[in-house]
Amino acid sequence: MSVASHEPLVTIERMTVDFDLGGRLVRVLHGIDLEVRRGESIGIVGESGCGKSVSWLAVLGLLGRRARVGGKVMLEGQNLAVLGERELSRVRGRRIAMIFQDPASSLNPVQKIGRQIEEALVLHRGLSGSAARAQAKRLIDRVGVTDAARRLDQYPHELSGGMNQRVMIAIALAGQPDLLVADEPTTALDVTIQAQVLDLIREIRAETGMALVLISHDLGVVSDLCERIAVMYAGRIVEEAPAEMLFVEPLHPYTHGLLAALPDLEAPSQRLIAIPGTVPTPGVDLPGCDFAPRCPEACEACRAVVPPLANSTRRRRVACFRRAPAVGSERIAFSERASELVS
Amino acid sequence: MALLKVEDITKHYVVRQTARLFARKSILRAVDGVSFSIPRGHTLGLVGESGCGKSTTAQLVLGLGPATSGRVLFAGETISAVRDERWRTLRRHMQMVYQDPLGALDRRMPVGEQVVEPLLIHGVEKGAAARRERALSLFEAVGLGTELFKRYPHELSGGQRQRVVLARALVLEPSLLVCDEPVSALDVSIQAQVVNLLQDVKARFDLSMLFISHDLKVVRQVVDEVAVMYLGRIIEQGPPDALFRQPLHPYTAALVSAIPTPRRRMRDRIVLSGDPPNPVDVPMGCAFHPRCPRAIARCRTDAPALSFIGQGRLAACHLVGGNAARVAA
Repeated sequence: MSVASHEPLVTIERMTVDFDLGGRLVRVLHGIDLEVRRGESIGIVGESGCGKSVSWLAVLGLLGRRARVGGKVMLEGQNLAVLGERELSRVRGRRIAMIFQDPASSLNPVQKIGRQIEEALVLHRGLSGSAARAQAKRLIDRVGVTDAARRLDQYPHELSGGMNQRVMIAIALAGQPDLLVADEPTTALDVTIQAQVLDLIREIRAETGMALVLISHDLGVVSDLCERIAVMYAGRIVEEAPAEMLFVEPLHPYTHGLLAALPDLEAPSQRLIAIPGTVPTPGVDLPGCDFAPRCPEACEACRAVVPPLANSTRRRRVACFRRAPAVGSERIAFSERASELVS
Repeated sequence: MALLKVEDITKHYVVRQTARLFARKSILRAVDGVSFSIPRGHTLGLVGESGCGKSTTAQLVLGLGPATSGRVLFAGETISAVRDERWRTLRRHMQMVYQDPLGALDRRMPVGEQVVEPLLIHGVEKGAAARRERALSLFEAVGLGTELFKRYPHELSGGQRQRVVLARALVLEPSLLVCDEPVSALDVSIQAQVVNLLQDVKARFDLSMLFISHDLKVVRQVVDEVAVMYLGRIIEQGPPDALFRQPLHPYTAALVSAIPTPRRRMRDRIVLSGDPPNPVDVPMGCAFHPRCPRAIARCRTDAPALSFIGQGRLAACHLVGGNAARVAA
């Protein structure tokens, strides 16, 4: 799946989000920088409230009136942050499409499946009548819905959760987007159905070269589909690395903790290593690194200053004083970690 | 003697096929002949996908609704769903923990009082001070600071709430704890804390548990034996390590291989085609045969029984163990 190029498609620069809670502004996103290249797949992982969904809803201007979004979002030279509702609606669906966790609540319950796919085709591709109908049938066939012709005349409640998520994917594909943002697309599905949907997304990417942003709390799901992974904690990206590196050799103590806390089905059964404490409450800003109170390696500096997300090697970034820039190469970082495992 | 013995229970619901008033009625077989037993101090895991009947089984075990047939024995006594004096006494010894702690707690009552309440209901401990003492000792046992005693549920985090629910379930010193998806609503880092806690309290209070979850990785961490359900029946049962390492039933094999794991990226995944069939319309023969990659002619006509394969393992498949030999002959 190496359709990724080096050409940036979407570049997020210093993006912040504050929610207005009746006069009081609560910051939930503390300035993130992220680049999605054409055709690449990037996973965003983190626990509830870390800002993984909020950041992409902000990109598409879907957060509503109570949100204050700052920073820049560049889509091939165009700054989305300054666009009005009208111009943004030309981006949504056509350039960047988004699918969500619960397909049943994203679909209109009183409209037939076919009509809802056609609507997207009319809007984004300017098709109409029988051309739209034929294209809708092609799309629903493409996403592996069995018995496509009959399904077009059914309502969402007549389809299973897995089938409805396929329909959502069909609608997202209607605009032939350059980027699909999938927010927990398989979280509500059973594992055997999840496997089907992940395979479908993989196939479609291989076929169309569409870039993918996969937002998930499940490290397993993300590792299955993504080439690059960004880990978020309390409204910041704390680590970003190629998938294979992140899982073999996590740099940030939080990533390390997340992986250690994950039970394994095959390794010898052993007690899980839990991360102590809980995620900080948004709006209660401590000086220093947000993870410091839970971090086994926190030092004086960690409690005083927020560590910047800095390149630790050419291909990865980490926001940690204990791990980052001083360590010159991947090899040194690895040996450091290896000695830690031994002791 | 087993603490809990479930003998061939079934639960059928009569449902209308469509929303029309005079539509033909049909039977939904939520649980269709399930038997198992849990020895004292042991934990049985029930796993399977949504609609397989695992939660209905738990309800029948707790006597929360009548079974259509079969019976449940708790310490040698039959559990009925009639809510009489005896039912209440039995219920003192069997407690439950559900998925959503916020839904299980009373939002208008301090959490400490909610842990005291079962003692009042069952008249276990006399005197307010003694009850408070006992509740506080449970707070300590589940790793909650005593300063949280007077807090309300909304002031606690998800993990803390689930600890309160657990403290409340344990305050009566039950011998059986039924957990239905106890960690599914929690984030990974908190999930690990609660899984470890469950292991600790199990040892400390010598609990038997029925542990229901769709997450095989969590189940393996907690249980002594695991039973896999598909459309209302147990199709495979055995010790978790062996069962997950080398599944016998093709459904278990697909289930295990479908779990995405970060440390193993590219691997041979068995992707099942189609959705699980509707429990109103269970296929003839083996219920799994329409999705089974290995189905043979016999699977379409005969339903395989759950039978012993050896080494504490059971499977309901014509292609496994003794069954396979018979097919070949």
